[in-house]
Amino acid sequence: MRDRILDIIEKNGRLSAADIAAMIGADEEAVAREIERLEDEHVICGYRAIINWNKTDEEKADAFIEVKVSPQRGVGFDQIAERIWQYPEVSSIQLISGSFDFAVFIQGRSMREVAMFVSEKLSTIDGVLSTSTQFVLKNYKDHGIVIESPKKDERLELS
Amino acid sequence: MRRALNSFIEDIPSSGIRKFFDIVAEMNDPEVISLGVGEPDFDTPWHVREEGIYSLTKGKTFYSPNAGLRSLRDEIHGFMERHYGLSYDPVHEILVTVGGSEAIDLAFRAMLDPGDEVLIPEPSYVSYKPCAVLAGAVPRTIELQEKDEYKLRPEQLEAAITERTKILLLCYPNNPTGAVMEKEDLEPIAELVKKHDLYVVSDEIYAELNYTGRTHVSIATLPGMRERTVVINGFSKSFAMTGWRLGYAAAPRLIMDQMLKIHQYAIMCAPTTAQYAAVEALKNGDQDIELMRNEYDGRRKYLLKRFWDMGIDCFEAQGAFYVFPDISHFGMSSDEFATRLLHEQKLAVVPGTAFGECGEGHLRISYAYSLRDLSRALDRIEAFVKGL
Repeated sequence: MRDRILDIIEKNGRLSAADIAAMIGADEEAVAREIERLEDEHVICGYRAIINWNKTDEEKADAFIEVKVSPQRGVGFDQIAERIWQYPEVSSIQLISGSFDFAVFIQGRSMREVAMFVSEKLSTIDGVLSTSTQFVLKNYKDHGIVIESPKKDERLELS
Repeated sequence: MRRALNSFIEDIPSSGIRKFFDIVAEMNDPEVISLGVGEPDFDTPWHVREEGIYSLTKGKTFYSPNAGLRSLRDEIHGFMERHYGLSYDPVHEILVTVGGSEAIDLAFRAMLDPGDEVLIPEPSYVSYKPCAVLAGAVPRTIELQEKDEYKLRPEQLEAAITERTKILLLCYPNNPTGAVMEKEDLEPIAELVKKHDLYVVSDEIYAELNYTGRTHVSIATLPGMRERTVVINGFSKSFAMTGWRLGYAAAPRLIMDQMLKIHQYAIMCAPTTAQYAAVEALKNGDQDIELMRNEYDGRRKYLLKRFWDMGIDCFEAQGAFYVFPDISHFGMSSDEFATRLLHEQKLAVVPGTAFGECGEGHLRISYAYSLRDLSRALDRIEAFVKGL
């Protein structure tokens, strides 16, 4: 049941326990309990909406920053990662294999705000060797969801 | 002036699905939502589309061999063996057609003499009867019962067989009921088919959309049935490829040689681009099928539960992407129910009678729609039923 719930809820976090229960042919209360357990265990870490900010009046600037660091004895990368993720501007941070160490996604209200954050906060953290900032120009697909307007249903009633 | 038309053709009624949805189209009301569509809501998997595009960029825009690309027939051979345990010679026994629809037409025309009878269990998809008539044969319907889970019972078959009966048409998993016939259901049917020396045209287009947890059983796998069965399948439903127009038939060479002749003169060959895409679908598409099947299954269970919770009796469909709820206890014909539902709640569904008279008292609800659409549509049915 766990796997089925996770499969479904990963794609659509808004479904009610009743709907999920119906879809997997399980008892509603059992599903609700299992979801609670998954949340308690932090297997389900949270729920968010995917928003196309371009369709609103809100200004947003997203940037992807490659960060090179020197890992520290005993704690490796984790301590620097924690120093970085504490900032609310950081929407995601991942340790990456390859030519740099952290992939950091920043969301700010303007490019200037993001630039200030990188130069004043991020690059001055102990152990950060270099940063390379790439601004997002257009968001096409996010978390498996295509951002542009969905296609109209053009199917005909024939068969 | 001389009469322009052939009276056989003139006498064939137009499809009941079309008739109802012409009304919907006339209403032209953006608020109307429909659960009438009989094709997947998924896009063709991208790797399959890409292969089609790639074949175009390479300029592969010529006719294919009449029977279809050899590479595609080889893949079909492999797919049928892997999925259904059926083995057909890709050179002489597999034919790539323009959708499963063409294959049905070919099978009937290749096998039927004027006056031969074709047994068609109903409720059924709308094309079998007209295709039988076009082949000069006489369609005879067998009315399936909800209490039998819309399976064909041997007693019913036995009672319907006459001296002129030549073909039994089977379509499982079924459109519109969602019924599935298991091996043990097919066995007594196969015995009767052999006893009365009949042939079977088995439309297995929904074979991959089977939610029983067991794999689809083709009647052609039963002892002695391969030589008297034409198996029809295709890419439309299993790979969400309806618009590519690609299906196939597998049959013993004796029958296939004649089907190929009609195909060769009437069609020439199936679309080449679609055939290249289909090779990719069969090679690397098993996962796509599973993904879509799981999604449909979730919707199916959701719909069944909603109908049952509303107190509407609904046969537990095990295949395809339709449920077939029984609305007879509301004291309306299915046509009346569907028409009022359309006008009062702006929801379009297909009346069961579009699939034969015995579909009376039922609706066909397609779940080739997102869960969000289904949930909104079911709210409308609930509101309608509460107001009765």
